[in-house]
Amino acid sequence: MSGLSPDVLVGIFSTMMGLAMPFLFAALGETFAQRSGVYNLGVDGIMLLSAFASFYVVVVTGSPWLGLLAAVLVGLAMGLLISLVSVTLKAEQGVSGIGLYMLGLGLSSLLFKVLVGTVKTVQGFRPIELPLLSGIPFLGPVLFRNNVLVYAAFLLVPLSWWVLERTTLGLDIKAVGQNPAAADSLGINVDRVRYFSVCLGAVLAGVAGAGLSIAQLNLFQDNLTAGQGFIAVALVYFGGWNPVGVLGGALLFSVVNSTQLWLQVLGVDIPSSVAVMLPYLLTIVALTLTSSRDRQPAALGKPFERGEN
Amino acid sequence: MGIAESLDIPPIVPSSSRASRPGTSVEMRGIVKCFPGVRANSGVCFDVRPGEVHALLGENGAGKSTLMRQLYGMYQPDSGQIVVDGRPAAFRSPADAIKAGIGMIHQHFMLVPSLTVAENVALGQKSSRGPLLDLKRVEERIGRLAEEYGLKVEPRARVWQLSVGEQQRVEILKALYRGAGLIILDEPTAVLTPQEVEGLFSTLRRMVGEGHSLVFISHKLGEVMGISDRVTVLRDGAVVGAMPIGDATRDSLVKMMVGRELREVEARPVQAGAELLRIEALRAMGDRGDEALRGIDLSLRSGEILGLAGVSGNGQRELAECLAGMRKAASGKVMVGDLDLTAAGLNERLEAGLAFIPEERMRDGAIREFSVQENVFLHDQRMPRFRRGPFLNFGAMREYASALARDFAVKTPSLDTPIKNLSGGNIQKLIMARELSRRPRILVAAQPTRGVDIGSTGYIHARLLERREAGVGILLVSEDLDELRALSDRIAVMYEGRIVGVVARGEATVEELGLMMTGVGRAPRG
Ligand SMILES: Nc1ncnc2c1ncn2[C@@H]1O[C@H](COP(=O)(O)OP(=O)(O)OP(=O)(O)O)[C@@H](O)[C@H]1O
Ligand SMILES: [Mg+2]
Repeated sequence: MSGLSPDVLVGIFSTMMGLAMPFLFAALGETFAQRSGVYNLGVDGIMLLSAFASFYVVVVTGSPWLGLLAAVLVGLAMGLLISLVSVTLKAEQGVSGIGLYMLGLGLSSLLFKVLVGTVKTVQGFRPIELPLLSGIPFLGPVLFRNNVLVYAAFLLVPLSWWVLERTTLGLDIKAVGQNPAAADSLGINVDRVRYFSVCLGAVLAGVAGAGLSIAQLNLFQDNLTAGQGFIAVALVYFGGWNPVGVLGGALLFSVVNSTQLWLQVLGVDIPSSVAVMLPYLLTIVALTLTSSRDRQPAALGKPFERGEN
Repeated sequence: MGIAESLDIPPIVPSSSRASRPGTSVEMRGIVKCFPGVRANSGVCFDVRPGEVHALLGENGAGKSTLMRQLYGMYQPDSGQIVVDGRPAAFRSPADAIKAGIGMIHQHFMLVPSLTVAENVALGQKSSRGPLLDLKRVEERIGRLAEEYGLKVEPRARVWQLSVGEQQRVEILKALYRGAGLIILDEPTAVLTPQEVEGLFSTLRRMVGEGHSLVFISHKLGEVMGISDRVTVLRDGAVVGAMPIGDATRDSLVKMMVGRELREVEARPVQAGAELLRIEALRAMGDRGDEALRGIDLSLRSGEILGLAGVSGNGQRELAECLAGMRKAASGKVMVGDLDLTAAGLNERLEAGLAFIPEERMRDGAIREFSVQENVFLHDQRMPRFRRGPFLNFGAMREYASALARDFAVKTPSLDTPIKNLSGGNIQKLIMARELSRRPRILVAAQPTRGVDIGSTGYIHARLLERREAGVGILLVSEDLDELRALSDRIAVMYEGRIVGVVARGEATVEELGLMMTGVGRAPRG
């Protein structure tokens, strides 16, 4: 590994920061949903449709902020849809999540064909160099020369932790996910808390989608996410339903991925299919080694009905 | 000390200085509530006056919990009226009932195990810091309430670490914290040891002294006679009697509940036979990583009931779980004859003739979503009598399940009802029925009559004694000393994971047993 000069290391780690951003949004959002007792397997579908919506708005208006708004609205709409199905209609959550994924996948690809047709790039969020800080050797270029969504994604980690551990809202969410009957018996509206958490998760998945199409790649194509939404769900399990654990998982996955990308750029001789597979393989191995159901919200996946023994 | 007192509780003397926090008064008129296939309440009238304790009695499935859940806003009556403090109340959810000053301690606790005591208490309450939690303040208030009512708990402990008695104190604190003027206690003593019952009653007396009104549900008539001012008896969803407690006797209450008089069961002498089960130097870890069993030696013979007494949390549950194969032994042996079952799986144990009635029946003994019939056949569907070639013989299975439910007086709308819709006591009876009917050689029964009504308790006792006479060896784990003394040939007392002594039938008084349960070795006779 003599080829790993300091410059390459900076490259690997700053690529990692960018790659981690959509995972952080999507997985932290899913953490909220699951802590309230609902799992949403449709994250990838929400990301796809939001990624297209924000991309298209940028194509039309040129404003990444309007693009972001579009992603948020699409996320909210899909969040309300999945809440209706999973919470109010009490459908099996795995099946309804897959349904939502198919919807997002199909609709984004259809709209792309009809409205845009050919692959083109847009100018999305640009990197912002933070004065002074970005001058710090090594850390500066890695941490402080990123676009606004990357900064936001990393700030969302402590913010999520704080909401869950320090606010009444967080307490409600955790209680509803662990023992909805107990929360209900104290006058908490279980369905409302679940709607809120699922929709928050869906909005963040929407932001993750925008992060891909108008910040990271600046383009849209069919199945842009290539399953990243599913990896985000896996990261929630990996992280033990805890924002800090999710951060660890997202960084690990992204650093392996960015290393693999850099090795290909540097022309190191490994078959590219193996290289691309590496991060996914790692996820599976890490999940089997670390996953423990101990911390899983006790009511995860179970619809709530008042008054059963 | 004090165990004897708890069995003979002095009545509450209404305090003259109760005016500080006026109790809530409630009137329920003509309440009707139906579920698919059952009329759980048919025209029930029930009222609670400020500062009184009103007991609600009735057999399993009589409709007690259903009535109280309507008062707490969990269900809405099909017809009838609820009046609280003189105003008609239409509660759409528990939130409304809480606002009206009503609190409820549920038959199955409503706590979030992963959260702390303070968090459980604060849940759903407005915080003084707006959207931020104010746990410091909550902890202080808990401290003050705990002091005032004698409810010792550590506010920062996580609920899963607490004993059952402590969890119940958290439940009471939750209601008091919300300023409830009327508190419904749905079978609060079913899960408590005699000492804990005594503590609970002193808390309840203080609450009544402060002017709180209480509804008290229990199957234990001694407690009901001791603590209440009035009593209402339900049978099949209707009121069959309501009177001041002074006008009721134990026998009259039993007759109203059951509709007939009950005979006390009596253990006939049986010559104990060969040794069936031997436990040698058994050690095992508890849930919290501590050593729950520290070297247990016991032997169980055919035709014998060996009682296992102890304050809950001293290893009885873990011992039962080791025998059932639900907990791994760290060292030591469990032998059935020459067969070493220490590390055996469930099927091996069943084949060796071991049956197990778990303490946590809902968690370990049944599947909530399955029907009554499916739960009856959880393990036994492979038995030849229920098969016809490669197929299940549904006719035979149905007949068998229905006979079982009838014999054990399991009250259910139908055999296809999911058991999560059965009343608490009826779920217990169903699992009891299933395990007893399997005709095991060795039976481990943990708290077999917890939450079961008087009539069925008598029936279960009679069945246990009948099995004993048929030569079955029974290990009876119970916190009810009366039950242990009535049934057991020998009683082993556990303390901190060890057996501190074994006494034969009639050899020890309740006081002596109580003393041994606090770790004092066998007191010398005479
Ligand atoms: N949610 C429900 N759905 C359907 N049936 C129910 C439901 N809750 C209760 N029941 C039925 O209503 C009847 C009364 O039940 P309830 O729980 O009120 O009895 P209980 O008097 O509290 O008995 P126990 O002493 O066993 O607790 C029972 O037949 C029960 O099966
Ligand atoms: Mg009940």
